[in-house]
Amino acid sequence: MSFWENLQEQFIASFVTDNRWQVYLKGLGNSLILTIGAVLIGIIIGILVAIVRTNHDQKKDKAGGISRVLNAICVVYTTVIRGTPSMVQLLIMGFVIFANSRNLYMIAVLTLGINSGAYVSEIFRSGIQSIDPGQMEAGRSLGMGYSTVMKEVIIPQAVKNVLPALGNEMITLFKDTSLVSVIGMSELTKAARDVQAITYEPMMPYLGIAAMYLIVVMILSWLQNKLERRLHRSDR
Amino acid sequence: MTDNDLIRVEHLTKKFGDNLVLNDISDHITEGEKVVIIGPSGSGKSTFLRCMNLLEDPTGGKIWFDGMEITDPKIDINAVRQQMGMVFQHFNLFPNKTVRENITLAPVKTGRMTQDQADEAALRLLDRVGLKDKSEVYPASLSGGQKQRIAIVRALAMKPKLMLFDEPTSALDPEMVGEVLQVMKELAEEGMTMAVVTHEMGFAREVADRVMFVAEGKIMEEGTPDEVFNHPKAPRLQDFLSKVLAQ
Repeated sequence: MSFWENLQEQFIASFVTDNRWQVYLKGLGNSLILTIGAVLIGIIIGILVAIVRTNHDQKKDKAGGISRVLNAICVVYTTVIRGTPSMVQLLIMGFVIFANSRNLYMIAVLTLGINSGAYVSEIFRSGIQSIDPGQMEAGRSLGMGYSTVMKEVIIPQAVKNVLPALGNEMITLFKDTSLVSVIGMSELTKAARDVQAITYEPMMPYLGIAAMYLIVVMILSWLQNKLERRLHRSDR
Repeated sequence: MTDNDLIRVEHLTKKFGDNLVLNDISDHITEGEKVVIIGPSGSGKSTFLRCMNLLEDPTGGKIWFDGMEITDPKIDINAVRQQMGMVFQHFNLFPNKTVRENITLAPVKTGRMTQDQADEAALRLLDRVGLKDKSEVYPASLSGGQKQRIAIVRALAMKPKLMLFDEPTSALDPEMVGEVLQVMKELAEEGMTMAVVTHEMGFAREVADRVMFVAEGKIMEEGTPDEVFNHPKAPRLQDFLSKVLAQ
């Protein structure tokens, strides 16, 4: 059997026989759903934590009791999450905290979202800090409240500034979905391993999913670029 | 406190850490009065102005505005600031909003006007400063002078009783200073109460009812422009004037 015939046979075994391409497709779908869910959770947590922390930092020694407690919780959260590997977090969530739940989607989305939130909060925090304090002063001098100025003036500019970093975070998150197979959830990487376990041919499945990850990441980067250009309208 | 005192400051002090920036200042501005505050840089004149709308928290002393003690911790500071406009050295327009949105944001968000009313008011004010055609552009495309005129309009849209100007022309190219001062002069002629921190001595001479010389955290001398510029008494003021007027 020639080299090319061998490759062709491997390809057919890995993707065509028994409609195995559907296994990858389903895995890819799961990876994307996990990414979208986790990104949403991550951004919500990230914005909240960033606001709590910048609010506390701006008041310095004058911060009230509630602000101090919230800030302490947020500091512990970012420290613990950023200080432990995502895979360990998945194992703890899957086999300790939610040991009795079989809702793997929920566990995976929640874990990845909570993980991402810690990084997103730091991204937003630097974004908010990058905005000239004069913006908040101007808003407050007009008689608007802190939260109104935050929402209307500071956050929109901060989001625009951190969009490249957020895009990178989303790409990282998408690739990190490959970790959730440790709690038994099927996604793209698990799909390749499942196929490989049947065919005993590692090359095609793994090169195949590498290409799939790459294509999705390239699409995400393209979307990110497009969004950035749209948001920079006001910089002319 | 007389009836027409719009803002009154008593024993105002401000410290940044151990650094005493304002040292027991007491003064008042009556309705319709135009006060120009001059002084060397680092003298505390901007801090003084920023204490009036509590952008800086006074360390000690009391401030009344329109009959209310605004240094009272229970006061609704947003409601107070809605009555006081402020114009900054660096304009501080919101770059994520168009010129019209910059002007209408505060009136709409504070519930003083509907968007339609605010839009109408914004266009009317822009027309007055000759910038009606810029209503839909973003601030990044404007010159410094245009930005500052719009910042003035943005403050005016809240129909303030008092306008604070913090070195409004210091960040401008020389050829743009005139257009901003012109808008301020017109505002003065209309009877707006104004407190202006500036290095524009010509403006102070022409527009001020009273000139205040601030140095070392104190009001060292004050009086009519004639008194302050032509017959300065304090040596520190004579020295300051000889330096700025020599240019």
